[in-house]
Amino acid sequence: MEFAELIKTPRVDGVVLHRPFLPLVEGTLCLTGHHLILSSRQDNTEELWLLHADIDFIEKRFVGSSGTIIVKCKDLRIIQLDIPGMEECLNIASSIEALSTLDSVSLMYPFFYRPMFEVIEDGWNLFLPEESFKDLESMTDEWRLSEVNRDFSICPSYPPLVVVPKDTDDDTLLKVASFRHGGRFPVLSYYHKKNGMVMMRAGQPLIGPNGRRCKEDEKLINATLRAGKRGYIIDTRATAVAQQAKARGGGFEQEANYPQWRRIHKTIERYSVLQDSLIKLVEACNDQSHSMDRWLSKLEASNWLSHIKEILTTACLAAQCIDREGATVLVHGTEGTDSTLQVTSLAQILLDPSCRTIRGFQALVEREWLQAGHPFQHRCAQSAYSSGKLHGEAPIFLLFLDCTWQILRQFPCSFEFNENFLVLLFEHAYATQFGTFLGNSAAERATLKLPQKTVSLWSWVNRPQEMEGFVNPLYEPNSLVIWPSVAPQSLQLWEGVFLRWNRSSKCLDEAYEEMVHIIEYNKELQKKVNSLRRQLAQLETEGSPLHTP
Amino acid sequence: MEHIITPKVEHVKLLDRYNAKNPAIGTLYLTATHLIYVETYNDTRKEAWILHHHISSVEKLPLSTSGCPLIIRCKNFRLLHLLLPREKECQNVYQSLLRLSQPVKYEELFAFLYNPKQNEQQRREGWAFIDTATDFNRMGLPNDYWEISDLNKDYEVMCSTYPSTLVVPKIASQATVMGSAKFRSRGRLPALSYFHRETKAAICRCSQPLSGFSARCVEDEQMLQAISQANPNCPFMYVVDTRPKLNAMANRAAGKGYENEGNYSNIRFNFQGIENIHVMRNSLQKLLEVCALKSPSMSDYLTGLENSGWLRHIKAVMDAGVFLAKAVADEQASVLVHCSDGWDRTAQVCSVACILLDPFYRTMKGLMMLLEKEWISMGHKFTQRCGFLDGDPKEVSPVFTQFVECVWNLTEQFPCAFEFNERFLIDIHDNIYACQFGNFIGNCQKEREELKIQETTFSLWPFLLKQQEWYRNPLYKRSVKSGPLRPNTLPLHFKFWCGMYNRFDKGMHPKQSVLDLLLALTQKKTESERKMTDLQRVSGILRFEYFHVTFKQNYGLTNKLRYINFKDWTQAVQGSDGFNVVIDQCM
Repeated sequence: MEFAELIKTPRVDGVVLHRPFLPLVEGTLCLTGHHLILSSRQDNTEELWLLHADIDFIEKRFVGSSGTIIVKCKDLRIIQLDIPGMEECLNIASSIEALSTLDSVSLMYPFFYRPMFEVIEDGWNLFLPEESFKDLESMTDEWRLSEVNRDFSICPSYPPLVVVPKDTDDDTLLKVASFRHGGRFPVLSYYHKKNGMVMMRAGQPLIGPNGRRCKEDEKLINATLRAGKRGYIIDTRATAVAQQAKARGGGFEQEANYPQWRRIHKTIERYSVLQDSLIKLVEACNDQSHSMDRWLSKLEASNWLSHIKEILTTACLAAQCIDREGATVLVHGTEGTDSTLQVTSLAQILLDPSCRTIRGFQALVEREWLQAGHPFQHRCAQSAYSSGKLHGEAPIFLLFLDCTWQILRQFPCSFEFNENFLVLLFEHAYATQFGTFLGNSAAERATLKLPQKTVSLWSWVNRPQEMEGFVNPLYEPNSLVIWPSVAPQSLQLWEGVFLRWNRSSKCLDEAYEEMVHIIEYNKELQKKVNSLRRQLAQLETEGSPLHTP
Repeated sequence: MEHIITPKVEHVKLLDRYNAKNPAIGTLYLTATHLIYVETYNDTRKEAWILHHHISSVEKLPLSTSGCPLIIRCKNFRLLHLLLPREKECQNVYQSLLRLSQPVKYEELFAFLYNPKQNEQQRREGWAFIDTATDFNRMGLPNDYWEISDLNKDYEVMCSTYPSTLVVPKIASQATVMGSAKFRSRGRLPALSYFHRETKAAICRCSQPLSGFSARCVEDEQMLQAISQANPNCPFMYVVDTRPKLNAMANRAAGKGYENEGNYSNIRFNFQGIENIHVMRNSLQKLLEVCALKSPSMSDYLTGLENSGWLRHIKAVMDAGVFLAKAVADEQASVLVHCSDGWDRTAQVCSVACILLDPFYRTMKGLMMLLEKEWISMGHKFTQRCGFLDGDPKEVSPVFTQFVECVWNLTEQFPCAFEFNERFLIDIHDNIYACQFGNFIGNCQKEREELKIQETTFSLWPFLLKQQEWYRNPLYKRSVKSGPLRPNTLPLHFKFWCGMYNRFDKGMHPKQSVLDLLLALTQKKTESERKMTDLQRVSGILRFEYFHVTFKQNYGLTNKLRYINFKDWTQAVQGSDGFNVVIDQCM
């Protein structure tokens, strides 16, 4: 298929662009296969380059002979284009609609994007499971790297290499896989160096209505327990939901068969509920009404902050079991690809200081989200302005980023990255020129040959000139486990994402710059003082009159 | 001391609502001024000092198996849940606190006992530190349009709750001024609160007119005309009634009310809808209930926040302030503001507008001036609103707290615009309730003079300024452009002020303070800069020495010349660290 077929009108002059808090731009609108471009064709004016993939929804309005298209983006921005000529407007609108909803992944922009920079460090090779296993090996010999899933046949959503208890052979894994949802047998998620405790994750056990059991499954997870110690199973579903799952072949670990484990149910909502929550929240944030009651009741009704609180609470619980109780933890929900990953990845941020560095956070996203099989392509196909029938879209990853931001806000000096880095990940998960977030699993990424055909987000972001904007100037490595507050008063709306386009950020940017300035100036001053000291010491020894002959 | 029956109780448990299992155990002391709770745990000793004046209520719950519970709520939003071992002691402490927290006479207030070891001279200087007259001079008053009038010098002829000097339009005759005062509730006639130099527009304030359903007053109409004419840049003026229209209409039946637009020439009248002190008191009550919930769900909290109405009221005050600032700065129009008596909502709105309009009020000294001017001297009834003395609980209302919260909201939206940080606001707020300093005691200037506040108590301001490093905003940039602040007042920009209302719940706050870090850095910066200058000097000496000796050796100059020149150098570098080293090496 040629993109040209979808572009009915490639160019319109005299288009007016409205953006909140920015002056109007009048110029020429161009449609290409992947971009909507508006240029005033004058120097010093910023051009608008919008990826079609970033467009969530469009609305058309007509007044007289001219039309208006309101473009609602996945990054929550809303822009307005006034287009002279009814026909042009209709053509542009239908072209955008077609181009922003392409079915085939291989037509997406990352396959066409050629980097304008030299790739120094290829992001595709930065976080290989073999490498991270080497780190694990240096700490413990109780785990091994299994290739049982090398052709993705055992578990289509797992990577080819997974870490499992050393004494569990591949045959056992095969049996366990058949007992777990989606073949997601328990694998290692995190090893807590401080006390040797571990966190594992899996899909729900398929006990079904008759309470089927699987000895191998019990053996596998029991192998991770210390003698005489109990472990915790954190089920991210409410008890009733887990009960109901039995009727559909799923279920939970029954006490009788897992006597050494204590099961705790938490209530993290399923993806459809979360998508609904996002839609309501963004609707509330875009409401320009001046009534405080209306805002607060809409904020409350969206339940977004309730979800944040629940997810964070569950992550704290997992971290607490590991660090405070000295217990092993297994986390799962239903599929083990959504709420499970929110919990395991956030718990690691609390427990492991290296996850709070830029590289460490990238590694975490790579390990616990991309490799772990979070279906990014399904979940991020639509954002807050989506309407009509949805196909598994949900802001699971955005909720994770939001929770991370909440922790960052409470520990502003303990993260190497700043808020902008989290916002960047949000944007690129939804629309991007990079291949990192394409596909739903390692298997799909391999089929699509993403490492060969696309550029990794990490290749770009790790270049020093880009990195500069994402470094937290306040960062002081903090080797401790961090415990955020989950009291409602301590959790806030993430303004950097949800109010980003609804406010002028001038004053906040100015404050940020001032803060950077204070810190940089101090560093420089310190440097100068030290070099003066050195010079002086040199003068005193070499230049002192007593030493001159 | 006669009210203290049991001065000391041991084995008192302090319950923590987040950690109910392990309450602290300590000793409770009652002194003439404070309740002190001393917690000894292993070798660490923690003390909580609570001023009796800070206690807003004491509640004795029914006896339980674990002891006699006593709940103490403070005006600075502290909540103490104590368990006393014996009923008798609990009753004694309860009775003492009831009495101690509600002084009946002014003389019982802490300010009259407090002695910070200062002499009379210092006391006088402290009181002279903030003088509202200088602020009017700063605005360029008196000028061609406005004059400073002492018609109210004995507080009798016109208004007993106003200060002795007022700024009124120059063209208003004495008869106009006096006549207008008679037509205004409690004689609180229109007087200038702020003069905006660039636009020549003024903000004036007063109380409601005694208009009833149809009464008129020629002098009052002339007075408004005079205010309007004192602004050459705008043909009309705004009259802002900060009350909801319904409240204002209800007042007409009592012979009060609001201006009839038809009777006054060229005025534009509007209502701003800020609720009265009773609504505000109840709203805070509800807010504090939300803050004290044991482990609320997000939904409980947000619903509670909404139902309290608190943020709605904060927004209403801010909106009104923004309206004033826009009128003055954008339309160059003067504004006359009133509510009922003109000492609550009017004070809030005028002072928010002043902060928006004038960068001076965003400095520490500026805010002190603003409080002196709009609140203390214009007769905000601090004693009644803050309940310093045992009195009518219906007079108590968090009017000032709301103003402070508006300022805090502005500091959140404009992080570089204020010289002070959040702690400054909170400490001022606490100090008002503490009654340790005299500034806020009494309800108006006249009363303060009768109480001889300046002769018998100390002023707060110099004490705050002594700690200005602690209160500084490291991001503050003195603004070069003088345009007003234009806050975004959509509801979503108003946040719950956790730092105020949940201040004592340490666990809720960010665990690392950016403010402290930046303050430490700015302090380090000053030290580094000093060190650098010193080092530069010393290295200068060394270079000089080196040069001089080489010079002498090469050219055979006398030792004396060298000595003199060196002495000049030494005088220039007195006190630097490396200096002794240099001397040792040279001599």
